[in-house]
Amino acid sequence: MARVVLRRMAKNQRGVIAVVKVGGELGQRIREMGLVPGTRITVQGRAPLNDPVALRVMGGTLTLRNNEADYIEVEIQEEQR
Amino acid sequence: MKTPLTFALAGNPNAGKTTLFNALTGARQHVGNYPGVTVERKSGIHTLPDGTNCNIVDLPGTYSLTAYSIEEVVARDFLVQERPDVVINIVDASNLERNLYLTIQLMELGVPLIIALNMMDVAHDRGIEIDPERLSALLGVPVVPIVARGGRGISNLMAEAHRLGQDTAVWRPLRVSYGEDLDSMLLQMEKVIEEHDLLTDTYSPRWLAMKYLENDSQIREKGARTSRQAATLLEGMAAEATRHHQVTLGTLPEALIADQRYGFIKSVLRQGVLSLRHDPDRLYTTDRIDQVLTNRLLGPVIMLAILFGLYTFTFTYSELPVAWLEGFFGWMGDLAEAALPDGPLKSLIISGIIDGVGGVLGFVPLIMFMFFGIAVLEDSGYLARVAFMMDRVFHTFGLHGSSVMAYIVSGGIAGGCAVPGVMATRTLKSRRERLATLLTVSFMNCGAKLPVLALLTAVFFAGRQAMVMFLLTLLAWAVAMVVAKIYRLTVLKGPSTPFVMELPPYRFPTLRGLLIHTWERTWHYIKKAGTVILAISVILWAMMTYPGLPDQEEAEFAAQRESARSEYFASEDELAQRLGAIDRREAERSLELSLAGRIGRSLEGISRLAGFDWRTNIALVGGFAAKEVVISTLGTAYSLGEVGPEASESLATTLANDPAWNPVKALAMMVFVMFYAPCFVTVVCIAREAGSWKWGALAMGFNTVFAFAMAVLIYQVGMFLGLG
Ligand SMILES: Nc1nc2c(ncn2[C@@H]2O[C@H](COP(=O)(O)OP(=O)(O)O)[C@@H](O)[C@H]2O)c(=O)[nH]1
Ligand SMILES: [Mg+2]
Repeated sequence: MARVVLRRMAKNQRGVIAVVKVGGELGQRIREMGLVPGTRITVQGRAPLNDPVALRVMGGTLTLRNNEADYIEVEIQEEQR
Repeated sequence: MKTPLTFALAGNPNAGKTTLFNALTGARQHVGNYPGVTVERKSGIHTLPDGTNCNIVDLPGTYSLTAYSIEEVVARDFLVQERPDVVINIVDASNLERNLYLTIQLMELGVPLIIALNMMDVAHDRGIEIDPERLSALLGVPVVPIVARGGRGISNLMAEAHRLGQDTAVWRPLRVSYGEDLDSMLLQMEKVIEEHDLLTDTYSPRWLAMKYLENDSQIREKGARTSRQAATLLEGMAAEATRHHQVTLGTLPEALIADQRYGFIKSVLRQGVLSLRHDPDRLYTTDRIDQVLTNRLLGPVIMLAILFGLYTFTFTYSELPVAWLEGFFGWMGDLAEAALPDGPLKSLIISGIIDGVGGVLGFVPLIMFMFFGIAVLEDSGYLARVAFMMDRVFHTFGLHGSSVMAYIVSGGIAGGCAVPGVMATRTLKSRRERLATLLTVSFMNCGAKLPVLALLTAVFFAGRQAMVMFLLTLLAWAVAMVVAKIYRLTVLKGPSTPFVMELPPYRFPTLRGLLIHTWERTWHYIKKAGTVILAISVILWAMMTYPGLPDQEEAEFAAQRESARSEYFASEDELAQRLGAIDRREAERSLELSLAGRIGRSLEGISRLAGFDWRTNIALVGGFAAKEVVISTLGTAYSLGEVGPEASESLATTLANDPAWNPVKALAMMVFVMFYAPCFVTVVCIAREAGSWKWGALAMGFNTVFAFAMAVLIYQVGMFLGLG
């Protein structure tokens, strides 16, 4: 298990959120969408210009900008399909 | 008789509130505004099975109840101030975990709650099994599964809500545990709040304490206004808790609160409420579609193709009904021509009313087709993808991906209206991005500019109409972006707001939804045309008719006619032609001497730089009232300039035959119309939404100067290159 910043995750890579290091409005917006420690995410893809990033979370799709993803650290799950 | 029950619909965006609201209230709806703020307030009446009526209020869709956005503040203020008898929380069953986050907050607030477990069909298709009874037992809240689209379970839901609404419910706030540290801090804070009786008539002490820990600006302000002493104490305690958590756990109380709420939800769902038949990462149809539609290479290409397709659709299919309407108003004009005696009344009816209203209504089909197309994109979920794909660009210009909504509604896909566009900026949370959007949405090609653009392109760029319109739309975007950036670097400097957003699943829009959508917007346009435009058309007719010719000149024209009649002509036709020419000169002279003519003439000195003569000037001045007036004024100006058989000749032919008009002048005019001062309705809205008239004034002044500079550039360069 390796911990990386969400921005560095590749498409289709999976992981579990370890920590969200931001407060205030951005922190609130990130957390209210379910991006809290323990949540499983999969990087679904990136917008044509590489930013924002789309995540698969709890059966739905969320998007956030790369500079917002910088506050989120993820424990990567090794491929086990 | 008892006062009717009030039920509020609360839920995440896209959970199906509006669908349920429409199903419950049908046509008995009222759309207004919350006092003081500009968030839409939708309410309606529903008849319960026992025959009594109840009020239904559709609250703004939110994910939380914080003070970070106007919508959230509006929703929670409504709940605590108006205390609805029952809050119906619409929860998307296919996205239960995230939707329950708001549910928990509603429960913490303590409102009498009932959960409408919506989209049961979608959940079922996705292999998501939910045990409503179990969920209800664990949360202590009634849960009714429904399918809002299709109406299943709605009568159950209302029966349950009715029952709940009848026992005068005491609010019973839920107490979630936030861990030892926070719980004990919350208890201490509750004690302070109770001792000082701080806002306890509106909020529960625990909720207030939590909001202090979450740094809630609205509650802090209210607290400080009510009891300075208690507020200082609580703020101190919250600061201490923050410091403590940062030092010992490296986290903030607000983060811990959110994490614990999700922890609570997860524990509930794990107790036999939710079971998945498939891997949660399984790709659904929506994801497969997204693999193509938001593909890095294909996505933008398809996006452009879709937007271009919308143009082609709109222009091609609206051609026929537009022609019918034109024919109809032409016929009306002929009818009035034949039926009415010559004089000012006839002139008023034909030139002021029929031409004015006809010029506007003739474009209704066009606008309807366009709105229909937008509604399809909006309701299917595609517009959110556009925001996703465009954010990088918008962000670069200091805007937000969701600005795209405001621009598109304003006419980013030609045919919107800046007024609802200005309203659409309400979804933007940051003041700076919102203002930058507000001030630039009016650059888009709204439905009112369309008639002007459509007419001029039809005349001067025949055969290439769709292409020219498409290019003009791209130009509108470019200008709006650049000007927004200029604003964000100068008067609106500052950091940007989060882009944490949901991409809703693709859904087939319902015909009913599309029609309601299309009709609401089209009706808005017609209403504007029917009232403002008619009045202005008449005022302008008066401005163009009075004071009229001095007696001496009138006598001169009469003498000319007399002498023409006494001359010899080979045929009757020749005489008629000569007389017609005299009539036209007289009418033109009369317009020149009219109030409008004088204004137009006095501006001609400067406007010549852009190729605009006094007629165009009159039309452009009129366009400030509403852009579509440009056309009717031009129509009135020209039909007043000619009398007799040519009166029914359409403006298009007139312009095509007028040597003063050429493609370069047409282009300069189109660009000026696109970018100069927004119509006064928009200016009023900008001022109101921005909270100050200075922003409205800025939009008017800056835009006009800017547009004129562009028009001059185009005209001078174009004429220099001999393209005229
Ligand atoms: N399949 C399905 N779709 C639904 C249901 N309820 C609403 N929808 C669709 O979900 C979308 C969002 O609904 P809407 O009422 O606009 O959500 P709001 O944002 O909460 O007002 C629309 O396309 C609806 O047609 C449902 O029960 N089943
Ligand atoms: Mg809605």
